[in-house]
Amino acid sequence: MSGEVPLWEVFIRPRNGLSHKHVGSIHAADEVMALQAARDVYTRRGEGNSIWVVPSAAITASDPDQAGENFEPTAEKIYRHPTFYDIPDEVGHM
Amino acid sequence: MALFDAVLELADDHLVLGHRLSEWCGHAPMLEEDLAMPNMALDLIGTARTLYDYAATLEGQGRTEDDMAYLRGEREYRNLLLCERPNEDFAQTMLRQLYFAAFMHPYWQAAAGGGDEVIRGVAGKAVKEMAYHIRHAGEWVIRLGDGTEESARRMKDAVEALHLYTGELFEEGAAEGVDALPSRAAIKPAWEATIDHIFGQALLSRPVVQYPQTGGRRGLHGESLGHLLAEMQSVYRAHPGATW
Repeated sequence: MSGEVPLWEVFIRPRNGLSHKHVGSIHAADEVMALQAARDVYTRRGEGNSIWVVPSAAITASDPDQAGENFEPTAEKIYRHPTFYDIPDEVGHM
Repeated sequence: MALFDAVLELADDHLVLGHRLSEWCGHAPMLEEDLAMPNMALDLIGTARTLYDYAATLEGQGRTEDDMAYLRGEREYRNLLLCERPNEDFAQTMLRQLYFAAFMHPYWQAAAGGGDEVIRGVAGKAVKEMAYHIRHAGEWVIRLGDGTEESARRMKDAVEALHLYTGELFEEGAAEGVDALPSRAAIKPAWEATIDHIFGQALLSRPVVQYPQTGGRRGLHGESLGHLLAEMQSVYRAHPGATW
């Protein structure tokens, strides 16, 4: 049956204020059934309070063959990491 | 002991239907439903546990929820015949779930305003669970009823096979005159409205039943309940008093 049923990507928001995170995929005939399946498969242990489902076919992915040109140039730009500042203790968590 | 009997009837409905749904575990047509049906089964069994526990307290004879579930024979079970009907195919299982949840949702809504604290507590939780069961089963009934030639035929067969058991939902049984619980007969308009709303989209219609089936409340069951209980109770009866 699964062979005929479209695939959906599932995103769950664990709590208010956080962003939706990809948790996996499910099969469902349409968006209503996809939400139900996502609820039943991925929120059994109180994982979240909001679900998004997106047709897997709607996702455009980067090409693994281009991983070098996409991601390697950032490796040497260590100054983009905010680790060169001394933060006074009084500031607390930022 | 009208309240005790009425609570036991409700508990039996939930345990038997919950067990039926759990029989799909590992056998569902797709992984998503293999999780969805046991999810719903656990909702029902959770409600049954609270109700058995309450029944045992009301009785005051020292019995436990396990004694209620595992040490009564089929003639002592008071569940609706609808709840014990075999799973057959997925269409019948979803329709059975819709028929039951479409009744229990308005029933628990009414019970949530009743005069018994335990029942109010059960009702508050169960209302949300039943709303989901209606949605889940209802969406499947719509898609199968208005689906392929074969799914439509199976859905029509399911209505044919199960509708004759729905009249029993509205029999008052032991709860007649018990303040803590709503009138079952009064739930009928809400149940019919839910079913008609879903059947309208599923290209199904409510049949006229010539020979309604009833008797579960008096312990008169179909053959299949004995098999269900034999399997469900075998471990407990082989190891009396065993605990997790």
